Amino acid sequence: MKPARFEYVAPHSVDQALELLGRYGDGAKLLAGGQSLVPLMNMRLARPSHVIDLNRLPGLAYITEADGGVRIGAMTRQATAESSEMIRARYPIVTEALELLGHPAIRNRGTVGGSLAHADPAAELPVVVLALDAQLTLTGPRGRRTVPACDFFVGYLHTVAAPDEILTEVCLPAPPARTGSCFLEVARRHGDFALVAVAAVLALHSDGRCARARLVFGGVGPTPMRVERAEAVLVGHRPEPELFAAAAREVSAVLQPESDLHASADYRAQVASVLTRRALGMAFERVSGRERA
Amino acid sequence: MSERHVIQVTVNGEPHERLVEARKTLADFLRQDLELTGTHIGCEHGVCGACTVLVDDQPVRSCLMFAVQVDGARIETVEGLASGAKLHPIQEAFWANFALQCGYCTPGILMTVVDLLRRTPNPSREVIRRELAGHICRCTGYHAIVDAIEDAAARLRGPAITDAR
Repeated sequence: MKPARFEYVAPHSVDQALELLGRYGDGAKLLAGGQSLVPLMNMRLARPSHVIDLNRLPGLAYITEADGGVRIGAMTRQATAESSEMIRARYPIVTEALELLGHPAIRNRGTVGGSLAHADPAAELPVVVLALDAQLTLTGPRGRRTVPACDFFVGYLHTVAAPDEILTEVCLPAPPARTGSCFLEVARRHGDFALVAVAAVLALHSDGRCARARLVFGGVGPTPMRVERAEAVLVGHRPEPELFAAAAREVSAVLQPESDLHASADYRAQVASVLTRRALGMAFERVSGRERA
Repeated sequence: MSERHVIQVTVNGEPHERLVEARKTLADFLRQDLELTGTHIGCEHGVCGACTVLVDDQPVRSCLMFAVQVDGARIETVEGLASGAKLHPIQEAFWANFALQCGYCTPGILMTVVDLLRRTPNPSREVIRRELAGHICRCTGYHAIVDAIEDAAARLRGPAITDAR
């Protein structure tokens, strides 16, 4: 359980990091918080020839307001995002998900960008950024490009980021008025990866009908999975338990989770359906409760 | 850039300068290079919490950082708690409440508690349990540990000031 040999370098600018990434190519790994990469290296599942440590880079850790939304620098620690009042006020679902991510000591090191770039389909943050229609900024030798979260995750531990690009920023767009959200997961132990996670976001019209819905699941496929057919069941209708149950039936019909050591496919599908009903109920209660208050 | 780097760190108030291999984890550096074997290594993938130390005041898994990354940092380990034979109040509370059996998980828990009680001098049992979630103890169950942390918090707050009137 010790990492294989590697060369270590800690650049002091994004440009320098890009130059190193270009020079060392496929053998290089970017080290952000290290809470996923270092376990893989300790187990020698990852054996990079070069480790490019982003922790000495200034200017990639920030949470700022932008056009009613929020921009989060990729090297922002998860613990910093968790305690951000701006994030809690606008995107309580982010805070809710972060509280389920690992443990406090993990979140002290782990970064927002690192978790997204690692793209574990059972991790919390990929599910949440997909549900919030976030935009992810990749910086490479050819400049910056912005990718919507729905195009970012392409497979198990695999994103659209090219080998010479660095994820530098996440932008969460301004949430629509009258939005309620909820993140729930079932895991064997607190802090574990989710067996199934769900992020539910409901935006209501002024007459109370559902204007927009997002239902995204973790742990049930090679990427975080958005179930548009279940969202379509909700849109245009008045939220109520029977409608949530209909959406949950759609979820079980669409998702095709796999069995593994931790849970069977049937169990995961059943949990996804139950969590759908609960999360939608909670999201609706939150938006309507806020209006009654 | 290379496989070996000179680092300077302050550990429990004492400065150290060492040449380290890039792949050496902070946990191994503390144990092997500085012979501070109080920091225990359990799972080596961030799950068990035994190797938790404070880096610039924050609890982190020392098995998931490389020593080369803490160049310039201030580190606190379990060895920094007692002064000579005099235990730290948190250690006294663990002793008094039978909060350890084999003791393997204890150093990591103690460092998390140091941080917790610096931030939160009077935590509820619920908060204590939430903060302890990243630590696995296979001996005692957690009741005695939670009791000890409540007791430690009281010891650190000092005797209650009673109204003289």
